[in-house]
Amino acid sequence: MRKNSNFFILIGTIGLFVCINIFLMASGKLPFSSDGFGIILGAGLTLAIYSFLYKDNPAFKIAENLYVGVSLGYTIIITWFNFLKPDLYDPLIVPIFSKTATRDPRYALLIPSLLGIFMLLRFSKKLSWLSRWTFAFVVGLGAGVSIPRVISAFILEQIKPSLNPVFSGGETMLSSINTLLIMLGVISVLIYFIFSVEHKGAIGKVSKIGIWFLMISFGASFGYTVMGRLSLLIGRIQFLLRDWLGILQ
Amino acid sequence: MNFLKRTIPLIIAFVMGVLMALQYYVPHKLSQDLLEVVTRWDRIIAGFAVFIGAYSLFHLHWTRIKRKVEGWGYSAFVFFGAIITLIFGLLNGGKFFWNDKQDGTMFDWLYYYIQVPAGATIFSILAFFIASAAYRTFRARTNESTVLLIAAIIVMLGRVPIGNYISQYIPAVADWIMAVPNLAAKRGILLGVSLGAIATSLKIIFGIERSYLGGGEQ
Repeated sequence: MRKNSNFFILIGTIGLFVCINIFLMASGKLPFSSDGFGIILGAGLTLAIYSFLYKDNPAFKIAENLYVGVSLGYTIIITWFNFLKPDLYDPLIVPIFSKTATRDPRYALLIPSLLGIFMLLRFSKKLSWLSRWTFAFVVGLGAGVSIPRVISAFILEQIKPSLNPVFSGGETMLSSINTLLIMLGVISVLIYFIFSVEHKGAIGKVSKIGIWFLMISFGASFGYTVMGRLSLLIGRIQFLLRDWLGILQ
Repeated sequence: MNFLKRTIPLIIAFVMGVLMALQYYVPHKLSQDLLEVVTRWDRIIAGFAVFIGAYSLFHLHWTRIKRKVEGWGYSAFVFFGAIITLIFGLLNGGKFFWNDKQDGTMFDWLYYYIQVPAGATIFSILAFFIASAAYRTFRARTNESTVLLIAAIIVMLGRVPIGNYISQYIPAVADWIMAVPNLAAKRGILLGVSLGAIATSLKIIFGIERSYLGGGEQ
């Protein structure tokens, strides 16, 4: 009985959605063009996904799976146009097969191509070990590139402003207190993350201050994330009321 | 065979790691060119990696359909969405995929009217879940959780006009929280993470960390 009522709610909602769109198109509020149909599709997906707030239902599942599929297709195509075509196809394949090509093929690109193919051999039982060469290349490259850059950008550049002089003349009392607080916060948070020493006595007290700084930071990050999500929610509601229904101007 | 399966990957990781770490300290054109070349190679390999992800997702949903597990019909929409997008992407507005990407094609239409609205809606729905989770978990049981709660409320109020209506100091306090205690804690975390990243990188380069080689035989 309950299943039947859910089915009727779904059919009724879809019917209402269709009627609204027919009215919007007939009244000229939505253009009878690809953009008009796009707005209808976008509104339908938005409502289908929000329907999950009531409960899990087929409309949400269809929208969710469709989104996953389109995202996957989009990622593949964008990877081709942004990476594989300009970095591999144009400089290597085109000069080999095109008689009108003005430049020589870059044969060095065969190396990453081979490494890429080795990675795809992950699915072969006999040759999957070749994918290790690719992973070793990528991981080794990442490790080597990151060491000096992390030291420069994330350690030295972060330590420098943390050790600003508290009183150098010209600053306000508040900015001096802030400088001191930042230094205290950085040191106490770092001490909190030292787990090789038992947090007792002076270390325990300083690490307790570190916990307070961390709690303020987590709270701020939470608040910031909530507001970011809310602005997305406002954006979707604006889309429904302005672009789709034409209520907002 | 063990040499090919284990030793060569370790040599590759060591050579690439040392070479790229040293490259940073050599301000010569050759060094810059090397960085550019290997970055391009890395991009190409990453391009191939996308196909592994695609295979994995297709395989998962194909298995669901084949075994007719509960809700298998929804998996068909993954294939439908992906195939439609791939077809229009490869057609490239009639210019086909071997030419540069064209603007205003059906591929762009799918992006603007399916991916953008669905993606934004899915992320915005998290606002409700975060609020509901916060209601259940944000109880001021300890001093630390009270501090977290107060910081979150001030930052949230400081970002909307109502915060200013309640008190003109709320936006200023929210900015101060972001700029001073939040910055200090983030900086502390970042320093710790950076030191950890350097240690892990060194372990990879010197072959101590080998988990990237995966399991399997030898």
